Amino acid sequence: MAVITMREAISQALWEEMERDERVIILGEEVGVWGGTYAVTKGFYDHFGPERVRDTPIAESVIVGAANGAAMAGLRPVAELMTINFAFLAMDQIVNHAAKLRYMFGGQMSVPVVIRAVSGGGRQLGATHSQTPDAIFAHFPGLKVVAPGTPHDAKGLLKAAIRGEDPVLFIEHATLYQFRGEVPDQEYLEPIGVSKVQRPGSDVTVVAYSKTLQHSLQAAEQLAQEGIQIEIVDLRSLRPLDMGPVLESFKRTNRAVIVEEGWRSYGVGAEVAARIAEEAFDYLDAPIRRVAQAEVPLPYNQALEQMALPQVDDIVSAVREVL
Amino acid sequence: MATVINMPKLGFDMAEGRLIRWVKAQDEAVQKGEVLAEIETDKATVEVESQESGVVRVHLVAENSLVPVGSPIAILGTADEAIDLEALVGKSGPARPAAAKPAAPQAQTAAVPAGPHETEAEGDGNLPAGLRATPVARRLARERGLDLNSLSGSGPQGRILKSDVEAALIAPAPAPSLQAARPAAATERVQLSKLRAIIGRRMTASKQSLPHFYLTADLDAGPLMALRGDLNSRMPQDQQFSVNDFLVKSAALALREFPNLNASLEGEEIVRHGQINIGVAVAMDDGLLTVVAREADQKPLRTLSAELRQVVARAREGRVRPADIEGSTFTVSNLGMFQLDQFTAIINPPEAAILAVGSVRQEPVVVDGQITIGQRMRVTLSADHRVTDGAEAARWLQVYRSYVEHPVHLLV
Repeated sequence: MAVITMREAISQALWEEMERDERVIILGEEVGVWGGTYAVTKGFYDHFGPERVRDTPIAESVIVGAANGAAMAGLRPVAELMTINFAFLAMDQIVNHAAKLRYMFGGQMSVPVVIRAVSGGGRQLGATHSQTPDAIFAHFPGLKVVAPGTPHDAKGLLKAAIRGEDPVLFIEHATLYQFRGEVPDQEYLEPIGVSKVQRPGSDVTVVAYSKTLQHSLQAAEQLAQEGIQIEIVDLRSLRPLDMGPVLESFKRTNRAVIVEEGWRSYGVGAEVAARIAEEAFDYLDAPIRRVAQAEVPLPYNQALEQMALPQVDDIVSAVREVL
Repeated sequence: MATVINMPKLGFDMAEGRLIRWVKAQDEAVQKGEVLAEIETDKATVEVESQESGVVRVHLVAENSLVPVGSPIAILGTADEAIDLEALVGKSGPARPAAAKPAAPQAQTAAVPAGPHETEAEGDGNLPAGLRATPVARRLARERGLDLNSLSGSGPQGRILKSDVEAALIAPAPAPSLQAARPAAATERVQLSKLRAIIGRRMTASKQSLPHFYLTADLDAGPLMALRGDLNSRMPQDQQFSVNDFLVKSAALALREFPNLNASLEGEEIVRHGQINIGVAVAMDDGLLTVVAREADQKPLRTLSAELRQVVARAREGRVRPADIEGSTFTVSNLGMFQLDQFTAIINPPEAAILAVGSVRQEPVVVDGQITIGQRMRVTLSADHRVTDGAEAARWLQVYRSYVEHPVHLLV
C-alpha cells in the first residue's frame, strides 16, 4: 500500500473518476489554470482540458447553481468551494435546490452533484474564514454530508460520492491536506453512511470525524500509556448518520466522549449524545461528554485560536472525566 | 356526605404504611367490607376493607406512596356529589391530589420523603430517594437480582457504577476441594425478599436495643400429650388440636397473672395491654409471619384452635388480613416439629417477651424414686429486662408450667 497525503488521495479520486467517466467535470474558483487553491486539481486542466475543468467567477451561488443544472442535465459535476464559509452564499442552491429538487419533482430528475468544501480552523484565517459549520448542512434531509478523516476514506468516499445519484457535500479539513496515510494500490470505494471503528478499545467510546479523528488518535496514544484504552468510532458521514458502530461500542464501554471541531451548541455531539441516550439509555454509566470549539467567533491570534479549538489535551481530560 | 378514608393504624408501632395498590379505582363503587386497597406495613402486605359503601371519588395518594398513619388516602362519597377537597382534608392534605390523573411512579415516590430505612427497590422508577446509580448499573442489578441498596457507589456523590455492580456480582473463586470428584455448585446471589428484609430490620433492631434475658424450663408434657390424644380421638380430622393450641392457651392464661409480660415499653412508660393477644410464629417459604390469636385467654380451646387454623392457612396462602397479624402482645414460637431440644428466640417488638418451644422428647425421668419413660418439653422465655426481671419471668414460667402439666384446667 502506498502512503500518500490527503491532498493526493482526493486528487487521485477525482482523476480516476474523470478518466473512468467523461460526464465527470470540475468547476470552481481557480481550479483550472492555477490548479486549485489547495492544489488538489494541479495538472487537471492540461490533461482534461478547459471543457471539463472550468474556472468560474468568484460567485458561489453560480458555482453550485451551475453544477446543479449540469447534474440535472446528465453530467457528474464536482464543484469546489474554496472554503465552506463561502457556502453560505450558495445556501439556497445547496439546501433548497440540490437537496430538494429530486423530492419536489417526484423523482423526475436527480441531482448527482458533489460539492467539495474546505472546512475547519487553525490557520489564522480569521473568524469568517475559519468556521467548521458542518452540522448546519447535516441538518437538511436530502443532502449527504461526508467528512473523511484519513486519506484512505477520503479517496474511497469521494469516488463513491461522484458515482452516487444524490447530492453530496464533501467536507475536507483545511489542515489535513498534508496528512499522510495508507491507501490501497487497487481501486476501491468506501460506502457513504457507514461509521467505522478506527481504533479498538474497551474503556471509553470516543466519537469523532475529520480533523478530530486525528486528534482522538493522538489522545488514544497518550491515554494508552496510562492504561486507558479508548475506542474511536469515526462517523465519516454526518448524514446519513450511522449510529450502529457507536451504539455497539457504547454498549461495551458505557461511556462516551464526542469530539467535534464546530461549536457545541446544536452540534454533532449533541445529536450523537441524544441518540445514545435514546437508544442505549440502559447502558449509560457516566454523563456523556462533548469536546467542541469554544463558543466564540474563532480568534485570529494564533494562541487564542488554538485555545478555542478542541485539542488533544481536551479529549484526554474529557476521557478522564467520564472514567 | 363524602367521607375521608385515612391510612389505618394496623399495629401498636405502625407509623406509616405504603399504599401498594388501589384495588378500587377512582369512581368505582365499593361495598362495605370490600377490599379497597393493599397496604404494606412493616410486617406484611394487608388488604384494607372499606368501612362503608359508596363510590371511591378521589384517590389522594398514588400507588406506592408511603403515607403516615392517619393521613387521608381517599374520599368516599356518592357518585354525583360535589367534592370539596379543601373542606374535607384541608390545605394541609396532600399537596397534589391524584384526581386528574396518576403521575409517573417516580414523581409519586418523590412526593413522600423516604427515611433512612426506606430501602425497598423495585425496578427503575422506584429507587429510594438518595440512591444514585447509573442506568447501566440499574439495569445490571435488575437483571441479576441484586439490591442496589446493598452496594456503595464509587462514582461521584456515591453514584453506583457498572463496575460496582460487577464487583458485587463476582463471586470469589471457589477454593480447590480435596473431594474434587463432584464440582461445587455455583454460588448464587438471591435478592432479599421484602419479607426477609423486614424480618432482618426488625430482628436486628430488637436484638440491638432490647436487653434480652433467657429462662429455660423443662416441662412434663405427658399429661398434655395424653389429653390431646384423648380429645383428638373423638374429633374429626380437620378439627384436630395441635400441641401448640394448648401452649398458646396456657401462655394466655399465665399472662393474666403477669401483666408486665403482656406489655410494651413506650418511652418512659410500660403499656400493659388490656387484651391478651398471642402471636404465633408461622414459618413461610421466604421468612416468617406472626399471626395473632386474639384474646386467647378468653376463648374456649376449640374456638382458639379453629381460629388459629384459619389464620395460619391464610398466612401460608399470602392472604392475611390486618387483624390476622397485628396487635399481638406476646409470642409463642414453636419449632417442636423439627426434633430439637430447645432454642432461644428474639423478642418481637413492641412485645416484652417471647416463648420458644422445643420438641416433646421421650426420655427416662425419675418419678417417686423410680426411673420411668417420660415425655419432656423444654421452653425458653426471652424477656425484655427494661420491662421485667428474672424473678417475675421465672414466676410466670411456674404458672405456665402448672397449666401445661395440668392441661385439664385449660378446658374448664
